[in-house]
Amino acid sequence: MLQIRDLHGYYGKSHILQGIDLDVGEGEIVSLLGRNGVGRSTTIKAVMGEVPPQGSIKFKGKEIAGLKTHDIARLGIGYVPENRDIFPTMTVEQNLLLGMKKANQTGRWSIEDMYEMFPNLRARADSLGDVISGGEKQMLTMCRTLMGDPELIMIDEPTEGLAPKLIEQVGKLLATIAERGLSILLVEQKLTIALKISHRIYIMGHGKIVFEGTPEDLRNNDDIRKEWLEV
Amino acid sequence: MDILIFSLFNGILYGMLLFMLSSGLTLIFGMMGVLNFAHASFFMLGAYFAYQISKFVGFWPALIIAPVVVGVIGAIVERYGLRRVHKFGHVAELLFTFGLAYVIEEAVQMIWGKVPVSYHIPEVMNFTLFSLYGLEYSAYRVFMLLVAVSMFVALFFLLTRTRVGLIIQGALTYPNIVASLGHNVPLVFMMVFGLGCALAGLAGVLAGNILGTEPGMAIQLGPIVFVVIVIGGLGSLNGALVASLFIGIMQTTAVSYDVSMNGFLNVIGVQVDFDSAWRMLVDLTVAQISPILPYLLLTLMLIVRPRGLFGVRDV
Ligand SMILES: Nc1ncnc2c1ncn2[C@@H]1O[C@H](COP(=O)(O)OP(=O)(O)OP(=O)(O)O)[C@@H](O)[C@H]1O
Ligand SMILES: [Mg+2]
Repeated sequence: MLQIRDLHGYYGKSHILQGIDLDVGEGEIVSLLGRNGVGRSTTIKAVMGEVPPQGSIKFKGKEIAGLKTHDIARLGIGYVPENRDIFPTMTVEQNLLLGMKKANQTGRWSIEDMYEMFPNLRARADSLGDVISGGEKQMLTMCRTLMGDPELIMIDEPTEGLAPKLIEQVGKLLATIAERGLSILLVEQKLTIALKISHRIYIMGHGKIVFEGTPEDLRNNDDIRKEWLEV
Repeated sequence: MDILIFSLFNGILYGMLLFMLSSGLTLIFGMMGVLNFAHASFFMLGAYFAYQISKFVGFWPALIIAPVVVGVIGAIVERYGLRRVHKFGHVAELLFTFGLAYVIEEAVQMIWGKVPVSYHIPEVMNFTLFSLYGLEYSAYRVFMLLVAVSMFVALFFLLTRTRVGLIIQGALTYPNIVASLGHNVPLVFMMVFGLGCALAGLAGVLAGNILGTEPGMAIQLGPIVFVVIVIGGLGSLNGALVASLFIGIMQTTAVSYDVSMNGFLNVIGVQVDFDSAWRMLVDLTVAQISPILPYLLLTLMLIVRPRGLFGVRDV
């Protein structure tokens, strides 16, 4: 589904991505782990075309490196950024509507699905985007992207700073997403949910992939965990 | 009292005119972060196009065609000019629009000459609709007000009740997110730029025949539009509306009052009996200082509250 080969990326002169190879198969849940600042967010931004990518990025066999962000989204890639920005002048419901690519779009997800999964959002449907809680914002950013009916969804640190109960909710949502046949590229820092739900795990360090394997492999490899994940 | 109502009406009319100009300018700024120095030039183009088109087919078709043509020119300027300059930063964009203002002014002079053209109020509207306290009000001014108010309602409907409006609102705050949701943000920018220019053009069509259609009209009106969007808050449409009406009413009422500070001081019992420059200062009438009032407000606003009345970020 997604195939990244020798991807390089720069912020100005600093060479952030130094040759990334990464695959996400159809229906697969893949986690990209690593410490702060190693370039995980930059990797998915490069896939979205928000950071100019050098190298090859193929989605469903088509080269997408160099395309415009909105065209990449329209091919079926969803992106949930880490900062959970909600449009502040719009209601929760309008934020969801904006996630749809066309006015009369029909796909895997409806607004009703979202409200069923997150009754909090239904209760807040008419509240403005800037008055809801941090947890609600996290759910809303994920739901907003799902409304665009992507085939692959890339989610950047959805559990960061959330209470354990909310982390559990995020885990449940990821499971539902996978059930409906989407591929997931999950960026995380901690192993909390990644070990539980991933099919495969990549670990990044200083702009390069330093480990690739199954959750089982990672569990058995103390050295890798010590060197690249634990602080 | 009579004069107050009269100038209030004129103030609202002038204010709505300012809003037609400032709404586009502030939307463009909010989205692209660029202050379009050439914005008032599109106002001027509206007036000249209306003059030219009226000659062939009359005022009514011109009322529609001229703003559309101005809007298309605006969209082209954004697509093939501003968008290319964009990658060199805001200073380059600013200089680009600055240059554009002069290009338009010179072009207008080349085509239509330096003297005002005879763009007149349409005959059917050139009569007194009503008089109030002996002051006569022309039908055309009432018509202008109606057009301005309907445009205002249409604009708010577009921005708050339609899908395109949602996308525009979104692009005002987080253009990257809007793009990552699959919406063509550059296209939205081009449309908003074109729409903003079309609104300025419409203002030109409506006001060119009252204020006079001549090559200096853009430079005359330009600065006051900047005052409006700074006071209202850069990027804020509500702010632009409030500030437009405020400046409009302030300017038209102030000029009709012949009160001086001295008169005011006398009323509250303060006697200024020294001569010299101070005397001159307190003797200035409101009408005399009214031209500098908006600019004074602009500078004060920047010092006291740089984000303006309704703005969300500093200038
Ligand atoms: N806009 C930017 N301009 C310049 N440098 C940046 C920018 N964004 C990130 N960086 C730098 O690029 C490197 C990688 O950043 P990135 O956001 O990809 O890290 P990350 O792995 O997602 O970690 P985290 O999200 O915890 O910060 C960091 O060293 C960061 O300082
Ligand atoms: Mg990150």
